[in-house]
Amino acid sequence: MVEEIEHRGELTIELRPERLLEVARFLAGPPAAFAMLSDVACADFPEAPRRFRLAYQLFSLESGARLRLRVWAGADEPEVDSVTPIWATANWHEREVYDLMGVRFRGHPDLCRIFMPHDWDGHPLRRDYPVGGEDVQFSDEQ
Amino acid sequence: MSSRRPAEEAEGGAFAGEGRAALEAARREGRELTETERVTAEAEAFTPEEAMARLRAAEEEVEPAGRRKPMLLNIGPQHPSTHGVLRLVTELDGEVIRDVHPVIGYLHTGIEKQCENKTWWQAITLVTRMDYLAPFFNIHAYTMAVEKLLGMEIPPRAEYLRVLMSELNRITSHLVWLGTSGLELGAISVFFYTYRERDEALDLFEMISGERMNHRYFQVGGCADDMPPGFEKAVRRFIERMPERITEYEDLLSANEIWVERTRGIGILPPLELIGLGVTGPALRAAGVDLDLRKAQPYSGYEHFDFQVPLGADGDAYDRYLVRMREMRESCRIVEQALDGMPEGPFIADDRKVVLPPRPELATSMEALIHHFKLVTEGFRVPEGEVYVPVESPRGELGCYLVSDGGPKPYRCHVRDPSFVNLQALRPMARGAYLADLITMIGSLDNVMGGVDR
Amino acid sequence: MALIPPPGGPRAPRDDPAIDRDLREQEVADFERSLLTTTVERALAWARSSSIWPATFGLACCAIEMMHTATPRYDIARFGAEVFRASPRQADLLIVSGRVCQKMAPVLRNIYDQMLEPKWVIAMGACASTAGVFKNYAVVQGVDKIVPVDVYVPGCPPRPESLLEGILLLQRLIGAKGVPASSELRAGSREAA
Repeated sequence: MVEEIEHRGELTIELRPERLLEVARFLAGPPAAFAMLSDVACADFPEAPRRFRLAYQLFSLESGARLRLRVWAGADEPEVDSVTPIWATANWHEREVYDLMGVRFRGHPDLCRIFMPHDWDGHPLRRDYPVGGEDVQFSDEQ
Repeated sequence: MSSRRPAEEAEGGAFAGEGRAALEAARREGRELTETERVTAEAEAFTPEEAMARLRAAEEEVEPAGRRKPMLLNIGPQHPSTHGVLRLVTELDGEVIRDVHPVIGYLHTGIEKQCENKTWWQAITLVTRMDYLAPFFNIHAYTMAVEKLLGMEIPPRAEYLRVLMSELNRITSHLVWLGTSGLELGAISVFFYTYRERDEALDLFEMISGERMNHRYFQVGGCADDMPPGFEKAVRRFIERMPERITEYEDLLSANEIWVERTRGIGILPPLELIGLGVTGPALRAAGVDLDLRKAQPYSGYEHFDFQVPLGADGDAYDRYLVRMREMRESCRIVEQALDGMPEGPFIADDRKVVLPPRPELATSMEALIHHFKLVTEGFRVPEGEVYVPVESPRGELGCYLVSDGGPKPYRCHVRDPSFVNLQALRPMARGAYLADLITMIGSLDNVMGGVDR
Repeated sequence: MALIPPPGGPRAPRDDPAIDRDLREQEVADFERSLLTTTVERALAWARSSSIWPATFGLACCAIEMMHTATPRYDIARFGAEVFRASPRQADLLIVSGRVCQKMAPVLRNIYDQMLEPKWVIAMGACASTAGVFKNYAVVQGVDKIVPVDVYVPGCPPRPESLLEGILLLQRLIGAKGVPASSELRAGSREAA
């Protein structure tokens, strides 16, 4: 564990990426019993030393407690361990993160694009990816 | 950027083009095809003649394990029974599904990316349009998340208004589910019944927010406006009539031989597997797991309301139907309580740094005008941090994960949509079932593709 | 067999020779219109415009409002367009109801190409018309980039009444133009250019 943060009543535990699977396995089983992985989300910080920050939202049905795990993945070839063996629901969440952010997951059973077409270049949710779209031409500009 | 030319695509057939794209993408990255890519590419590659040849071969050829080779069947993305633009590539052994691969993304709208380029309050407009059957829930999760980041208290009347609108929205969402599920299973008349009531409920939405759908009624700090005159009476009339209308639907379906035969025992998964797959909402409660965030983690003052959480026993499609029907009745009760206990007071917080000043003040107060101008042009700033706020949407846990860097725009806005997560359960559910029951399963999971793809 | 009455208007005074001539020409034109060869076209147009079969092509929010138009309160059947067809082969109107993303674009085009001529397209809602609020990488910025559009219906989503107005407008278009669909007209203008 790197750091424990409490913010706005939500507990976040920051982990070293290599310990993620171990900690996840411990948390999923008793006594913590975080049986449900609610969400996996990733945020891109191009200036940070390790660029991609992943957040795993855990939920315990027994105690109703919530916990957030946080790991960082490096800028070049970002890769972290897949948590699909522990929570089956992570499958699509991780595919989504791979598709939109380009973070790869080691040991994922089926890691391919989920939203974008297969031949799409780049990962749209990265900060350096343009929003795209077209400017509207108003008649007074012509 | 992809440079697709529609004319070219059309010639070779869109699907074949996409299958090739998967092959090329894999070759470019120097890896093998993943399972989904392999199956979709295979399904797209062949012509109808090849498909027939393969079918004949499949009938004759027997694999060592004693099972025939599966036939691939592509369903969607444009198919009337898939609840939107969902595409399913199924591996069939006769009528039995051996495996099913949902392919999504046909309605990917890039809302999360665009939120990063809008101010905090502009992003509400976009978030509303994610799960288009539950617009109030989308904004509810988002505005609560922003309020949590701001550390903001909102007035009790606003909380009650939010509960009131959310529960009305739950009814309208379930009505669409019921109508379309009936339509897909051949019970067309239910559709006309449910949409009659849905229209009445949409009139209420229009009364209070000005729009039938995609209303931007909740604001950061409260609600956009108070109840208009006559609204309370109209809502009361609606919820008075609603229970008998629900009885009408039940008369049509609950003991209907066809409905019961087609939904009983369909799509059952053990509760533990459902939890592992992250399934929430009526789909999980039908399996007997008592998880409703309105009770488990009360928000927006749900702890003040007296209501039941309907549970099922077997977890089949019929149980999901029963659970949703009873949820509509409970929602009526909550709406009634919200009207009865509606506190007096303001409908939005009085924080001029975040909330727009009241309209009449703009004409008299210079200060109000400056605040208004600042808010509209630049927006408000939100302290640094990250939050995850879930609400109980008609489909389950709808969570909003926000990261702020202290600026006027969301740094990252991610929505955990229950449709997206619940759809994953389709694959284990459908294995070994009949193809015709696949439609029932999709219907009973109630996925909204706008939420799945965002 | 006057299925569609010829355009009327205020009658001009008879004593002006210039107007007299115009009226005679008008009478000749009216007579030509009532000849059999031309009425077949008009009869076809009338038949086509009053039994439009839309394809079931629901995409997003607008699809829900499209479903509303088929329900008793709005009752699209009043205008003869209630037969929603699941197969594009049996449909002659494509209502693009919602945002079309890059992944969906080739599919949409495929469906449009499968429809038989004559065929028409309604872009329902802001997203289909111009991409609306979604000015980003994922959404096709207006569906008219991939298929020819005959009628644009504004709104986010448009009310069922708006869609009905769009269908009525399309009926008027079909009735006025006679047989050619927009796709044919475009092909003609391309050849001319």
